[in-house]
Amino acid sequence: MIEIDQVTKSYGDRRVVDSLSLTVAAGDFCVLLGSSGCGKSTTLRMVNRLIAIDSGSIRVAGEDVTQVPPEMLRRRIGYAIQSIGLFPHWTVEDNIATVPRLLKWPQGQIRDRVTQLLELFRLEPERYRNKYPHQLSGGEQQRVGVARALAGDPELLLMDEPFAAVDPITRDALQAELARIHQATTKTIVFVTHDIEEALRLATQIAIMNEGRIVQLGSPLEILEHPANDFVGDFVGRQGLGLKLLSVRKIGDRVRAGETAEGEPLPLDTSLRDALSAMTARRTDRLPVSDAEGRDVGVIALADLVR
Amino acid sequence: MRGKGVLASPVLWVGLFFAMLLLRMDLLKPVLHRAFPRIEPIIYGRGSFLTLFLSHLGLVAAASLAATFVGVSLAIFVTRSAGRDFRALVNALATIGQTFPPAAVLAIAVPIVGFGPRPTVIALFLYGLLPIIENAIAGLEGVPQGVREAAEGMGLTPWQRLRDVDLPLAAPVILAGIRVSVTIAIGTATVGSTVGALTLGTPIFSGLAANKLPFVLEGAVLVALFAILTDMLFARLERWLAIR
Repeated sequence: MIEIDQVTKSYGDRRVVDSLSLTVAAGDFCVLLGSSGCGKSTTLRMVNRLIAIDSGSIRVAGEDVTQVPPEMLRRRIGYAIQSIGLFPHWTVEDNIATVPRLLKWPQGQIRDRVTQLLELFRLEPERYRNKYPHQLSGGEQQRVGVARALAGDPELLLMDEPFAAVDPITRDALQAELARIHQATTKTIVFVTHDIEEALRLATQIAIMNEGRIVQLGSPLEILEHPANDFVGDFVGRQGLGLKLLSVRKIGDRVRAGETAEGEPLPLDTSLRDALSAMTARRTDRLPVSDAEGRDVGVIALADLVR
Repeated sequence: MRGKGVLASPVLWVGLFFAMLLLRMDLLKPVLHRAFPRIEPIIYGRGSFLTLFLSHLGLVAAASLAATFVGVSLAIFVTRSAGRDFRALVNALATIGQTFPPAAVLAIAVPIVGFGPRPTVIALFLYGLLPIIENAIAGLEGVPQGVREAAEGMGLTPWQRLRDVDLPLAAPVILAGIRVSVTIAIGTATVGSTVGALTLGTPIFSGLAANKLPFVLEGAVLVALFAILTDMLFARLERWLAIR
């Protein structure tokens, strides 16, 4: 979906992005992870040309971004940012409808799309449609912000620390929703964050950046198990490494089929960490597991978690 | 506000009082006679106050419309990336326009454009430019960075960003600048009477020349009411804009 090839960007003498190359496959959830000033936001903003590239090339869906008028390019790419940037003088509906209107969709289709997105983000359409941004909580605003980014049905979604400014509980809910939406829509997402937990939770692929370069690229598990160097090791944090490993693995392939246990079953896609947490809370070492349709598939045991 | 009905609106009462004085200043004759017993005639009589007001209004409207158009256009220009370098220059020119006394502008303008309304409009235009430019720049720059970035990132063209985002969000601040500018212009326009423009300042200067204080008073009260009324109407407009 995205091919970034030897891209460099300098401000004065400072190279913020240094001959960076990265390929993101269609359907991937790629997280650019690094501390502030590492060039991750700059990289993201070069994809939709909010920042001009000094040298190198970026291709989106096979097309060189500099060969498309910037407005046309941006209407095809969803964009959500930390400050959300909802238009304060427009209703929720108008905000979400921004890109579909730019794309000149018919009225009825725009209205249906707004309804559909509000439902997707669990905002009751008739209650929220005509509200103004200042009438919404921070979490609701960010939901509308992400809904607006998805409105034009883009194949690619760019997100720049979208959940960094919301409280931890709301952030947790928003991350869960984004993961659910990513699975449901199979959109390609490039997501910038400095939060390692957020990256582990959401990413299919993590690119750890430092001083304008990618220092390691891999799945959350690869990054945790085999940090490429001390920088990555320090960044992902050796402390609590075990718990982080548990958080990126699912219980699915550790289920003992055919056995049964008492209690509320866990879904198959529960992380080992959440399963451990549930066992600790319920004072048990065995919990039943059910699939997406709610059928019992077996049991997860404490010993299986740490294998 | 709306619930209390029109009678509770100060705009209505000030407006009625102003209209009454414009059309029937002679109703004040007994009061003025008591204050200035020896002066006759006591009401300014060379031309109706209504005519003077309409001419005054015309001068202010022409100058303020021009200042608004030029001021907002310049502010838009210097807040776009193409015009950013001109910002200091535009600000300096507008400041010079306001520090230059209108009387001096009249003195310079008369030999060039002659007597009559034209030098007054020029002076008012230059004098009124600064508050409009300053507020318009402040308003346009006050649009939150995140909103501007979102607008650009979603693919609005520069023109769409200006029309749909920057201008509507800056409108209250721009309007506040126009309000200040117009209110000042209403007071300043009286000076135009010294170079042949018809304004509510005409009775003031005529009264000063002939040592007839009542004329000065009549003109001054009308100008003050005109300014207050205009200011109130702008306040209403601002509130209406804020509600939307």
